Amino acid sequence: MSSPLAEAPVRSGNIVAVPLPDSERKPLSKKELSADQPTWCPGCGDFSVLALYFKLIEKRKLWHEKITTIAGIGCSSRFPYFVQAHGAHYIHGRALPFASGVSLSRPDLHVFVFGGDGDAFSIGGNHFNHTARKNIKMTYVVMDNWVYGLTKKQTSPTSPTGFKSKTDVWGSMDQPINPMKQAISAGATFVARTTHTNPNHVLQMMEAAMDHDGFGFIECLSECVEFYEGAFDASNPRKGGAFNTVPADHAVTDEMAAYKIADSAFPGYFGIYYNVDRPTKNANEAKINASNQEKVKGLKDWQILQKNFDRLK
Amino acid sequence: MSEATIAAPTAGGVPKVSKISETIIRIAGNSQDGIQAIGGFLARLAGRSEQEVMTFMTIPSTISGGPSIFQVRIGSGEVLSSGDDADVLLAFYQHSYEDHISSLKKGGIVLYDSDHVDPKPEWEKDYHHVGVPISGLTVEAIGGTAKDKGKNIFTLGLVAKMFDLNVAKLTQLVSERFTGKDTSVLNNALAAFHAGYSHSLGNVLETFQFVESQKKDGQQVVMNGNEALAYGLIAAGVRFGAGYPITPWSDVMEILRRELPKYGGMFIQCEDEIASISMALGGSYAGRVSVTGSSGPGISLKTEALGWAVMAEMPLVICDIQRGGPSTGMPTNVEQSDLNIAVFGGHGDSPRVVIAPANVEDCFYTAIEAVNIAREYSVPVIILSDQAIATRIEAFTEPNLEKVCQDISPDLTPVLDHKPYDLSVASGVTHHRAPGTKIQSGKYPIATGLEHDELGHPTGSPKLHMQMVSKRRKKLQVLAAKLPTPALYGPSEGNVLLVGWGSTQGPLKEAVDRARTAGDSVSSIHIKHLNPLPPGLEDIFAGFNHVFVVEMNDEGIYGYGQLAGLLRARYCDPKIRGITKTDGLTFKVKEILERAKSNVAAGLRKL
Repeated sequence: MSSPLAEAPVRSGNIVAVPLPDSERKPLSKKELSADQPTWCPGCGDFSVLALYFKLIEKRKLWHEKITTIAGIGCSSRFPYFVQAHGAHYIHGRALPFASGVSLSRPDLHVFVFGGDGDAFSIGGNHFNHTARKNIKMTYVVMDNWVYGLTKKQTSPTSPTGFKSKTDVWGSMDQPINPMKQAISAGATFVARTTHTNPNHVLQMMEAAMDHDGFGFIECLSECVEFYEGAFDASNPRKGGAFNTVPADHAVTDEMAAYKIADSAFPGYFGIYYNVDRPTKNANEAKINASNQEKVKGLKDWQILQKNFDRLK
Repeated sequence: MSEATIAAPTAGGVPKVSKISETIIRIAGNSQDGIQAIGGFLARLAGRSEQEVMTFMTIPSTISGGPSIFQVRIGSGEVLSSGDDADVLLAFYQHSYEDHISSLKKGGIVLYDSDHVDPKPEWEKDYHHVGVPISGLTVEAIGGTAKDKGKNIFTLGLVAKMFDLNVAKLTQLVSERFTGKDTSVLNNALAAFHAGYSHSLGNVLETFQFVESQKKDGQQVVMNGNEALAYGLIAAGVRFGAGYPITPWSDVMEILRRELPKYGGMFIQCEDEIASISMALGGSYAGRVSVTGSSGPGISLKTEALGWAVMAEMPLVICDIQRGGPSTGMPTNVEQSDLNIAVFGGHGDSPRVVIAPANVEDCFYTAIEAVNIAREYSVPVIILSDQAIATRIEAFTEPNLEKVCQDISPDLTPVLDHKPYDLSVASGVTHHRAPGTKIQSGKYPIATGLEHDELGHPTGSPKLHMQMVSKRRKKLQVLAAKLPTPALYGPSEGNVLLVGWGSTQGPLKEAVDRARTAGDSVSSIHIKHLNPLPPGLEDIFAGFNHVFVVEMNDEGIYGYGQLAGLLRARYCDPKIRGITKTDGLTFKVKEILERAKSNVAAGLRKL
């Protein structure tokens, strides 16, 4: 028999000072929330998403230590470095399962995930489907620019057919993914669409997604001025386009209706396509925990394990 | 049976009773015959009788059946391996009889189902044949159709009679097993057992009695390696994990899925291997060392994320229950061919810790050690178990759970300031502050896969990259210096040193015992910590003329198995050579000794 080698790590630097109760704390300012200077190109749509995330934190009085900002890889996925809060910059396409680990094991935190279309729908496509169907509580904002920007203009899963990129010099030929349809059919419980050129709407969608108890997904059109300039002009009234909100009579709990408006040609509709209540995985797991813990009530952890060992004699 | 194997008919028709210290029984049938159940009962009985026990089984990788064996070795003394040749073969079918007779000792007993097996006259002179119409008698005993149900329990009765096993304890075990089912199921099982027990084996056979067990160090528990690993992780305080099903890892995740909710934890079945390690890393990042695991192919899929864990210095435990590879390979056979991927698998310079349990009991303690190394050094730790250890049942002294169980819940006490990748820490060890921790300075860290500064923010600085690379290496050098030098089994000087890792420890010790009894100068060591390696190995090697690394993998292009290659690279010692094999089965003691002998005779390889 070998004995456990390592001792518990020694903790240092803990302080005794108790932070102010949340009610007495002042909302965080942009200054307190800004970390690194964003590395995005001037004019990138992602700037407005970052600014609105700061605004959301300020408006909803979220605290540094109560949120976690998580991203995968891509231009937009540099997000966590620009936010002064706990965060993780994970690997390409896998931000959602990483964020799920945080969300499921720490119900006291609000988990925000930011990423791009490649991360969400190409390399991470399967995780998108499964996180949606499992309805794991988090807010996921995909900054969709229809192109791979960080690697300098290759076709993305949302590039429209005919888009000329370095990997499709004759124009993209593959049917693009429709993020709204993808999310609805995967079983997402909150599906919304917005665009970086309408800041108030972005904030509104973020708030609604944050308040949703479950997997809140937002597709935010975010123009890549470097590699796909003008991609979203048709959705921008300042460029002669149309910003059409979801029809007033749209029933957000009607899956077929949501699917139908998702089928509209660009610029399509902006707003909440789908919003239903379905128990989150977080809640379902908590329920399993509660019923299992009821059976071992009053026992210390080692005593619970002892019961198993007694059956193995 | 160590003494008097051959059973001679005794005068007067009174069966003789022989005292034995151990026996090896091989049960051969099809996978749906419930032969694992017989083995399980025997193993558990041995555990309750303070005897030592070790089992070995093969199951077909198909679901609906196929040939299957279960070998159980029970002894009153120390049992180190599942044994080379069997003393008794229980054969249910003609194929079981023909395929496994060669694994029976000359003079051993073959107990066969005469309803299905036609014995071969040419084998009758070498092996003692006893035919019992097992199928027919079982139907007679419990009625119903001849659907083969219950003949395993009937056979258990035969074995109980043959070895004078404790009937009260066995029937108690059978009752426990069938508790909660329809009472007719239990009644049938007991009827089958008693029918087998009271069936007269005739006067052709002597019966056996175990000498009193020497092992008296307290209560024993009986389980397989995967169970021990899963319970070890729970004892270590792990409360979150994620995985994807793959043989032979799946039962670890099944146990954790079932058990963790009792402790307020959870284990999540993910959509794939990559999601599993990612979710587990999310759990670790959230403040408590988490676990994921797989077998060979799944480990390959996890390696990109493993690279992130190394870079972000995130603690994590990854179990690899090795099987025959590469690719789908031999999913239900054993191999130790994942050492290279465990130690080196991944992109970039990515030092991580690799440890391998030696036996079932060690699976339990290795899990705790892995968790503690992961926590103390903020590093991913790979536990290299294997199919043989995962599925074999052993009895071992019950751990003192009150003492070994740990609470590793995250500490979210606010701190003044925090730099996770602090370069001024001499040991190079990072400690993360989990989200939820307020940091008074207002400067929050990022866990990242990009090369980073001390706060985790990206940097392209060549100097920082060099410093951080060396930081991640240095902490493992600090760990290495603290690792215990493996203990020698046998004298510290001699002709041959056998070096093993993982599940070969038992057969190696037994090989040393057998060689020394025969007058050969052989010792062995078992290396548990495979990366980093423990200190002092070169001093041990210096005491021997030959160093043979015994492992279940291929000799490779250059003639050395995976650990042998690693040790040669590390110690530049030409006397380090390999004894490898890839038949998907555990090492037999005689295989090790024969190979060692011929290697010695062949002399050092000239290249």
